[in-house]
Amino acid sequence: MFGFGILSGLIVLPLIGAGFILLQRGEDEATLRNAKWAAMLTTLVLFALSCYAWSQFDTSSSEFQFVEQRGWFGAGLTYKLGVDGISFPFVVLTAFLMPFCILASWTSIHFRMKEYLVAFLVLEALMIGVFCSLDLVLFYLFFEGGLIPMFLIIGIWGGKRRVYASFKFFLYTLVGSLLMLLAIMSMYGTAGTTDITVLLKTHFPVAMQTWLFLAFFASFAVKMPMWPVHTWLPDAHVEAPTAGSVILAGILLKMGGYGFLRFSLPMFPDASHLFAPLVFTLSVIAIIYTSLVALVQEDMKKLIAYSSVAHMGFVTMGLFAFTEQGIQGAVFQMVSHGLVSGALFLCVGVVYDRMHTREIAAYGGLVNRMPRYATAFLIFTMANIGLPGTSGFVGEFLTMLGTFEVNSWVTLFAATGVILSAAYALYLYRRVVFGVLTKDNLKSILDLNPREAGMLGTLGVLTIFYGIHPSPSVGASGPRGAALVWPPTAARAATRHKLAAATPPAVTLAAQAGAATR
Amino acid sequence: MITLVVGLPLLGFLIAAIGGERIGTRACEIVTTSFLFLAAIVSWILFFQHALGSQPESVSPVGNWFTVGTLKVDWAFRVDALTCVMLVVVTTVSSLVHLYSVGYMSDDPSRPRFFAYLSLFTFTMLMLVTADNLVQMFFGWEGVGLASYLLIGFWYTKPTANAAAIKAFVVNRVGDFGYLLGIFTVFMVTRSVGFDTIFAAAPGLANKTAHLFGHDWPVMEVACFLLFMGAMGKSAQFLLHTWLPDAMEGPTPVSALIHAATMVTAGVFMVARLSPLFEQAPAVMSFITIIGGTTCFFAATIGCVQTDIKRVVAYSTCSQLGYMFVGLGVGGFGLGVFHLFTHAFFKALLFLCAGSVITAMHHEQDMRHMGALRSRIPVTFWMMTIGTLALVGFPFTAGYYSKDAIIEAAYASHAFGASYAYVLATIAVALTSFYSFRLVFMTFFGKERWEVAHEHADNTGINNPEGAKAHLEPTNRPETGGHDHVTAGHPDAHGAHDVKLHPDNAHTEGRVFVPHESSQVMLVPLYVLAVGALFAGVLFASHFIGDAQAEFWKGSLFYSPGNHILEEMEHVPFLVSMIPTLMLLGGFLVAVYGYIINPGAPAAWARTFKPVYTFVSHKWYFDELYELIFVRPAFAFGRLFWKGGDVGIIDRFGPDGISAATVTVTKQAVKLQTGYVYNYAFAMLIGVTVLITWFLVAGGR
Repeated sequence: MFGFGILSGLIVLPLIGAGFILLQRGEDEATLRNAKWAAMLTTLVLFALSCYAWSQFDTSSSEFQFVEQRGWFGAGLTYKLGVDGISFPFVVLTAFLMPFCILASWTSIHFRMKEYLVAFLVLEALMIGVFCSLDLVLFYLFFEGGLIPMFLIIGIWGGKRRVYASFKFFLYTLVGSLLMLLAIMSMYGTAGTTDITVLLKTHFPVAMQTWLFLAFFASFAVKMPMWPVHTWLPDAHVEAPTAGSVILAGILLKMGGYGFLRFSLPMFPDASHLFAPLVFTLSVIAIIYTSLVALVQEDMKKLIAYSSVAHMGFVTMGLFAFTEQGIQGAVFQMVSHGLVSGALFLCVGVVYDRMHTREIAAYGGLVNRMPRYATAFLIFTMANIGLPGTSGFVGEFLTMLGTFEVNSWVTLFAATGVILSAAYALYLYRRVVFGVLTKDNLKSILDLNPREAGMLGTLGVLTIFYGIHPSPSVGASGPRGAALVWPPTAARAATRHKLAAATPPAVTLAAQAGAATR
Repeated sequence: MITLVVGLPLLGFLIAAIGGERIGTRACEIVTTSFLFLAAIVSWILFFQHALGSQPESVSPVGNWFTVGTLKVDWAFRVDALTCVMLVVVTTVSSLVHLYSVGYMSDDPSRPRFFAYLSLFTFTMLMLVTADNLVQMFFGWEGVGLASYLLIGFWYTKPTANAAAIKAFVVNRVGDFGYLLGIFTVFMVTRSVGFDTIFAAAPGLANKTAHLFGHDWPVMEVACFLLFMGAMGKSAQFLLHTWLPDAMEGPTPVSALIHAATMVTAGVFMVARLSPLFEQAPAVMSFITIIGGTTCFFAATIGCVQTDIKRVVAYSTCSQLGYMFVGLGVGGFGLGVFHLFTHAFFKALLFLCAGSVITAMHHEQDMRHMGALRSRIPVTFWMMTIGTLALVGFPFTAGYYSKDAIIEAAYASHAFGASYAYVLATIAVALTSFYSFRLVFMTFFGKERWEVAHEHADNTGINNPEGAKAHLEPTNRPETGGHDHVTAGHPDAHGAHDVKLHPDNAHTEGRVFVPHESSQVMLVPLYVLAVGALFAGVLFASHFIGDAQAEFWKGSLFYSPGNHILEEMEHVPFLVSMIPTLMLLGGFLVAVYGYIINPGAPAAWARTFKPVYTFVSHKWYFDELYELIFVRPAFAFGRLFWKGGDVGIIDRFGPDGISAATVTVTKQAVKLQTGYVYNYAFAMLIGVTVLITWFLVAGGR
């Protein structure tokens, strides 16, 4: 269509939907219903389209696909889109989660519904743009542009302290972004282009890599978020409306990990390796520290937000292990976390819509009145704990396995997260769901309505499906993941030999063992 | 066939879980129970084919789980003699427990949920025992943990049940932490998690080292130690045992199935399954022996002072698991599995009998309020006696063959730790005999104490309107010394009862009642298990550990060429082989004296050895210790990191500090502030655009 490909279609479609909603006049019931259905329809069509694209996608290739390119400003700056096995899962995840966000907001937004929907649709366009961009400046625009609708969603439709939370969110991410912008400029200065496919093949001098890495790191670490720049996340989650939390946890956090995968690891391999110990340290601190903090939270959303930080710790750990299992595990962990934490925030939203509080102490004994809710919540709690058979297990397992041979200490500490996550998640579940239902205002609480049951049911089925058959998603990142791994691995092996006899025994051992089995 | 065995419980679970409300309670019971009986029949056929027959092992692949790089994890069912032994244990006990539960749970409104959980448990346990790689085994491993969590917390309105459920899951996770690291270690050195590959690689790795955790360690020792951590958690071994007694909060059939016969033996199964690895790790084998020996002794001491009938049996389970690990640790893998096999019958029998007693007593679990039940519930009494005889190892019952063999092997072994384990295991025989007969005597002999108990409770002014009886308050009962376990004020003691969701059902007729025998649906499983408790030993001893063992196991248990423990144990002196029986007699006589001839004696003993008594009745203070060194610090650190770290440091010097400084500055420019979020956002967008444009124009030149 007009020489644009399917990816442009994915980006433009939500904008068309947004435009349509803006054209609606009036605030009456019928108009709002139209707007909601228009948004729903847009996101559903978009999801269908992304599924169609997925069916056309060759998962065995490590090349960019659906590439489209248009001149833009000139000066080497182009409008270039394309996806590969790393980015496409996130496109599909975005398209998949969006209808849930619209559904989750169906009755819980009481004013400026149209603007709210427009904000979400624009956000969707920008997020898909982030994952499809093959031009650094284009990426940056989408990446930073995504801040704005999210900022508005928290700042306008958020809770009591929404202004504080939105500014905190803004301040953190902006500081990181500015550094990244400087880095982009300097990369342009060196390579003469902002085309990502070219930059991926460009070798930057090691000294330059170091500070480029740090600049990008500042941005991605905030987005992840990594310890200690994570404190915006709990506040943002707590204040954001349910759908905002779903997107924040499901997609926005993934941009950091995606950024590491797309830029830091392949473009600055030497620096990535150099800073791997730093990232390991921060990841391990994140896992243990935030898990402990999650244990003592009194607000349901804050607890889940802190647990998100811990889970993202597994992602950064896996990425910087530079092993196939680590990297693919990290990608899968991100996708899985998108589903699971999104679902957990929906679970909180369900009771918040009824009781208008997120205080854990305000609940208790919900299973007596809400057995279906209890079941759904249990499935996602277990996925959050990483129970085998749910999607949560695969990512944690692979990232830890991939890291173990690189640094067994890191895995050892990260594995304590397995214990701690069980403690905080089950403790939450017990306080909210189990026990005697004694609080008067809970005595008439209703179980899931069909809309909520449909949402949580779909996510629950997917969580289990990906738990027992994760191949569709794990496999997709395979070729690209492997292609990414080897250069830094070779570099790492070389350095390791120089530095110390870190793994040689194990390596030779493995070779022997392999020989023995053959 | 194997698909049928594993699939039927899964199907039963799905039907009861999803369609439970629609098809009704009775249909759920029928579906899940009949499916389990079907699975049990097929299991026995497989057992005859693969273990008693000559069919070789087979692996039927189901599909790929995930493949990443060299890591390939498949779903597959491995069927060999070891699996078949576990299959018959799991499906037989599970089907009997399903049947028993029809009667035991008959007044519970959430039966569909209960039967769904039972079937879910059976499915995951079967996944565990049929696994062909470490990761699928971990799937089953954690799956049974989930089912156990759900079933312990089945009566979710009980705070103690909820706490026990979490405790069980989290303590097990500590073990799983080791299990996971063990998988990683094995994968690192063999590049595989499949059993065939790692077993083949194991001999070549015996003396190899790997650089892990900052040192060069013998790799098989590290891997096996970490894997054994998992076994310690699941099988409630010393240090990670604290969850098992609390798990008695669950309904009694659950205790019989999960916390006696099957799940807790998963650790034993794991070590046996991975025998090719453990044989290459002599230090870990010694460690297993020592842990096993310690557990069998220490749990038996605690069992001697418990007054809750289920907790006595629970500590007994813990202790018997210790025996199994002693058997494994000295290299007799068949010994451990044989005791697992016989124990499944007699311990499930004991638990189900205890359930029958509890039903008869209207959900009273405190033995101090029982007594003289022999004539009231004679069938239960006789079944319980059979179970007790098998447990204590009375000659020619099941326990006699399996337990005494372990003790003899510990005597015969020259490995480090074996003598230690031998001494403790032998003493534990006397203790086992004492607490087992104490249980029988307190429950079935002596005076009728149940009415006295309630009068007493009323006299002391304790009146619980819900009918959940208040008998756990300090009572000065001469039989047990007055401060037996309870006056020590341990929090766990309170509310440790099978109180149903509808307490009013339990005591409709007030405080005076007549204990009654259970219905046939509950008694039939007892008969079947009693047959097992009597004859499982004599029938299978030669297959599991005797002359026929090599043809029986067909290589599914690995004995390294230098391991002759099964032969050596045949040659222990006659006197040594008599010692367990003498110890048994001693324990029995002490119990007879203390609980029949002179009922005041135990109280006097408790007074005389007060420090020891206090120590033991506080369960060696493990709960208090763990509370002090793990639970409290975790919460304290959580609070510190949150209030001190996040709020106090990061936010204060980070965003809040910056914005405070900014506010001071911008007060000067306050007129530019409109207060509308839109404006800020818009300004930012313009700023970014300007910046980029500038850069492009400047850079383009």
